[in-house]
Amino acid sequence: MALKMVKGSIDRMFDKNLQDLVRGIRNHKEDEAKYISQCIDEIKQELKQDNIAVKANAVCKLTYLQMLGYDISWAAFNIIEVMSASKFTFKRIGYLAASQCFHEGTDVIMLTTNQIRKDLSSPNQYDTGVALTGLSCFVTPDLARDLANDIMTLMSHTKPYIRKKAVLIMYKVFLKYPESLRPAFPRLKEKLEDPDPGVQSAAVNVICELARRNPKNYLSLAPLFFKLMTSSTNNWVLIKIIKLAFGALTPLEPRLGKKLIEPLTNLIHSTSAMSLLYECVNTVIAVLISLSSGMPNHSASIQLCVQKLRILIEDSDQNLKYLGLLAMSKILKTHPKSVQSHKDLILQCLDDKDESIRLRALDLLYGMVSKKNLMEIVKKLMIHVDKAEGTTYRDELLTKIIDICSQSNYQYITNFEWYISILVELTRLEGTRHGHLIAAQMLDVAIRVKAIRKFAVSQMAMLLDNAHLIASNTQRNGICEVLYAAAWICGEFSEHLEEANQTLEAMLRPKVTTLPGHIQAVYVQNMVKLYASILQQKEQSGEKEAAQEITQLMIERLPQFVQSADLEVQERASCILQLIKYIQKLQIKEVPVAEEVIALFAGELNPVAPKAQKKVPVPEGLDLDAWINEPPSDSESEDEKPKTIFHDEEQRHRHRQPEMDEEELARRREARKQEQANNPFYIKSSPSPQKRYQDAPGVEHIPVVQIDLSVPLKVPGMPMSDQYVKLEEERRHKQKLEKDRKKKKQKKEKRGKHHRHNSLHTESEEDIAPAHHVDIITEEMPENALPSDEDDKDPNDPYKALDIDLDK
Amino acid sequence: MIKFFLMVNKQGQTRLSRYYEHVEINKRTMLEAEVIKNCLSRLKDQCSFIEYKDFKLVYRQYAALFVVVGINETENEMAVYELIHNFVEVLDKYFSRVVRHSIYYEIFLL
Repeated sequence: MALKMVKGSIDRMFDKNLQDLVRGIRNHKEDEAKYISQCIDEIKQELKQDNIAVKANAVCKLTYLQMLGYDISWAAFNIIEVMSASKFTFKRIGYLAASQCFHEGTDVIMLTTNQIRKDLSSPNQYDTGVALTGLSCFVTPDLARDLANDIMTLMSHTKPYIRKKAVLIMYKVFLKYPESLRPAFPRLKEKLEDPDPGVQSAAVNVICELARRNPKNYLSLAPLFFKLMTSSTNNWVLIKIIKLAFGALTPLEPRLGKKLIEPLTNLIHSTSAMSLLYECVNTVIAVLISLSSGMPNHSASIQLCVQKLRILIEDSDQNLKYLGLLAMSKILKTHPKSVQSHKDLILQCLDDKDESIRLRALDLLYGMVSKKNLMEIVKKLMIHVDKAEGTTYRDELLTKIIDICSQSNYQYITNFEWYISILVELTRLEGTRHGHLIAAQMLDVAIRVKAIRKFAVSQMAMLLDNAHLIASNTQRNGICEVLYAAAWICGEFSEHLEEANQTLEAMLRPKVTTLPGHIQAVYVQNMVKLYASILQQKEQSGEKEAAQEITQLMIERLPQFVQSADLEVQERASCILQLIKYIQKLQIKEVPVAEEVIALFAGELNPVAPKAQKKVPVPEGLDLDAWINEPPSDSESEDEKPKTIFHDEEQRHRHRQPEMDEEELARRREARKQEQANNPFYIKSSPSPQKRYQDAPGVEHIPVVQIDLSVPLKVPGMPMSDQYVKLEEERRHKQKLEKDRKKKKQKKEKRGKHHRHNSLHTESEEDIAPAHHVDIITEEMPENALPSDEDDKDPNDPYKALDIDLDK
Repeated sequence: MIKFFLMVNKQGQTRLSRYYEHVEINKRTMLEAEVIKNCLSRLKDQCSFIEYKDFKLVYRQYAALFVVVGINETENEMAVYELIHNFVEVLDKYFSRVVRHSIYYEIFLL
C-alpha cells in the first residue's frame, strides 16, 4: 500500500503541467497530432487519480487543447469535479474549462447548479466572482431559473467587484429566463446611480442592450440617461448611452430627439476621441432620420455631420476613412442630396489600395447613381474590373455593377443596348463565380425589353459563335453560364436572327458536349426552336433541298447529345431525334410540315413575380388538412400489402412498353409542355413563345469606333460600350438644345407669370428621355393578389420574450 | 455584440481564443484559419476593419501577435479598436512588460 503511494507520487513528479505541454507542442511541430494524442492519454490517466491538484492540472491542459481545436466534452464530469474543489486556484481552472466547453447541449450541466449556488453565497468574494464569470458562458434556462434569485441578491452585495459581475450576468439570465426581468428590474435601475463607476457602467450596458431590443418599455428612463450623458466623462459609457439608448429611444419620442441635438453637437465639436465622434455622428443621423419635419436647424445638423464625415474620409488614417464612408452610406438613404456633392471624393476612394474602403465606396455609389451618372460610374468600375484580376474583389465589383444597373426595375438605364454590351464585356472575365448572374440579367433584359431583342439576339449569336473561347471554363456558375442565356435567347427570339443556319451549326459543334449538363439541355431545346424557324423559312421560300439538308444535319449531330452522361440532355435529345426522324420521313413524302413544327412552340411566357406562388388562392372546397386516404391502421395486414403493390406496378410497367410509338411520344411531349407552361417555376428551361410571321428587318449598323482600351480578350465584332457613352452624350446634348429652344419659347409667352426653376440649366432626372422605348413587362401574379410583403418573424427570438411593460 | 476574441501569431497559430457564442469545435478551427488568412494578407497601411461573411473583424497587430475581435454590425468599430488597445495595455500592466512568453504560458492562469 505504501509502495503504491510512493510509486504514485513519483509518477506525479513527471506529470506535465501546462507550460510543459505548450513547450512540448511547440517542439513537436512535425508530429503534433501524435504528440497531442499521447498527451491526451496521459491526461486521461491523471483524471483517474483522486488527488484534486492532479485533476486540476489535467483540466488546465485540456482547456488549452480545446482552444487548439480538440474536443474535450468527454471530460465534462471531471471538469465539474474540479469546479467543486475548495482551493480557489483549482476552482478557477474548473470554471474556465466549463466556460470554454459547456453549452446548452451538455447534459451534465444540471449537476453544477448546487455547486454554483454554494459558490455564489461563499464568503470569499473571489469564489463568487469566478462562479459568476464562468456561469455567464454556459447559463441555460434551467440554471437561470434556479439561480436568478441568488444573483439578484448579489446585485446588492457590499463589494463592487461582485455587484459589477452580478449586474452583467443578469443580462444573460434575462435572455434565458425572461420572467426574471420584472422582479430584477427595480434593482437594476438603482444600480444606474451606484457610486462605483464600474457598477454604473455595467448597469448602463445591460439596460442599453435591453432597451435596444424593446425600446418602448424603457422610455421612462430617458431623463435618467440624459442626466448621465451630460455628467459622465467616461467615453465608453457615453458611447453606449448615445448609441443604444438614444438611437433606439428617439424614434419613439420625437421631443427627446429635439432636446438631444444640442448636447450631441456639443460633443461632436468638443471630443477628441474618434470613436465617440463617430458614435455621435451616427446617432445624429439616426435621430434626424426619425424626425420627419419641423426642425428648424435640421439641415444645419446634417450639414455639420456631412462636413465632419468628409474630414474623416479625407484623413490619411485608413480606419477613419472607413468609418467616414460607413456613416455616409447611412446618411445617403435619407438625404441623398447632401451626399451627392461629395461624389468626387467617393470616386477617389474607389481607387484606394485598401479593399475594405473600396467596398464601402462601392456601396455608397450604389445609392448615388442617377440616370445621368450611371454610365460614367459603370465605366469607371469596368476599368477597375480589368485591373483587379484574379481576386474576390473582382467578383464583388461584378455583382455591384449588375446591382447598380438593375436597381428598381432598371430605373436608371436609358440605353439598353449599352447595358447589353456591358454584360457582354463582363463575359470576357475569366474565373468568375457569378456567371449565372450575368446570364440571369441577359435573360431578364431580353424578355422584358422588347425593343432590345433584335440587338440582344445578334450579340448572343456572336457569343455562341465564339463559344470556344468561353467554354474552356466549365466550372459551376462560371462564365459558361452565359452560354445558357445565349442559347435560350437565340432560340426564343430566333425570328430576329440574321444567320440562323450559322447559329444552329454553332450550337451543334462537338465542343458543346464539354459544357455542363444543364447548359447542354438548353442548347438541345433551343436547337429545335431554331430548326423550326429555319424550316419554316426554307419551306416558305420553296427551298426544299435546303430544308432537307438542315434535317439531315440535325440527325447527324444529335446522337452526340443522346450519348451524353446527363439525364436531361439525353432525354431531350432522344425525344427530339425521334421527332426529327419523323419529320424527315414526312419531308421525303413532300408533306409541308413546318407549320406543325412551329405550332409546337406557340404561346409567350411572361416573367412571374417571385411571390406569385404564395399568392395563389386556395380553391374553394379544398381542405388541405383533411386526410386524403384513411390514416394507416397499425395492424399486421400492412405486411401483406407491400407485396401486392409491387406486383401491380410490375404489370403496369409491362403494359407500357409496346406503346412507345411516335404518336404517344408526341402526345406526351405536348402534355409535358402544357404542364411546364403552367408551372411558374419552369420559366427558364422550357418556355413556349409565340413566333411572329414577320421577316426580320435589317439591323442598323452602328458605326463601330475602335477605342484603344487595354482589354484582355478581343473578340471580333463585339461592340465597345464606350461608343454608347459617347452616343448618349451626343443624344443628351441634342435633347438639351431642343428643350432649351422650347423653354425659351415658353418663357417668352409666360413672362412674369411664374418664376420657374427652369432658368437653372441643370437637368433633372425626368428630362432625360431613354434612347429606346422601354416596355418593361411587369411580373405576373395570380388574380387579385396584393403585392404586400410579410416578414417572416422568428418565433424563437429571445428578445421577443423580453418585451414586457416594466412600468406596471 | 462581440462574437469572439482571438490572439493569433504570425504563423497562424491561435494563442488565445474566446467565443461568446456557442460555435461547434470543428467550425472554430476553420473560422480561425480563415480569419487569420484575412488578417495576415493585409498591408500596414490598410484599415483595421475587414468585412467577413456577416460580421466584421477588427484587428490590431502588436509585434508578432494579432489580436482579432469579431463583431456584428451594431457595434461601434472604433470603440472595439480602442478596446483592443485597452486590453493590451492592461496585460502590459499586469505582466509588467508583456512578452510573447507571458501570452503563451501565463495567460491561462489569469
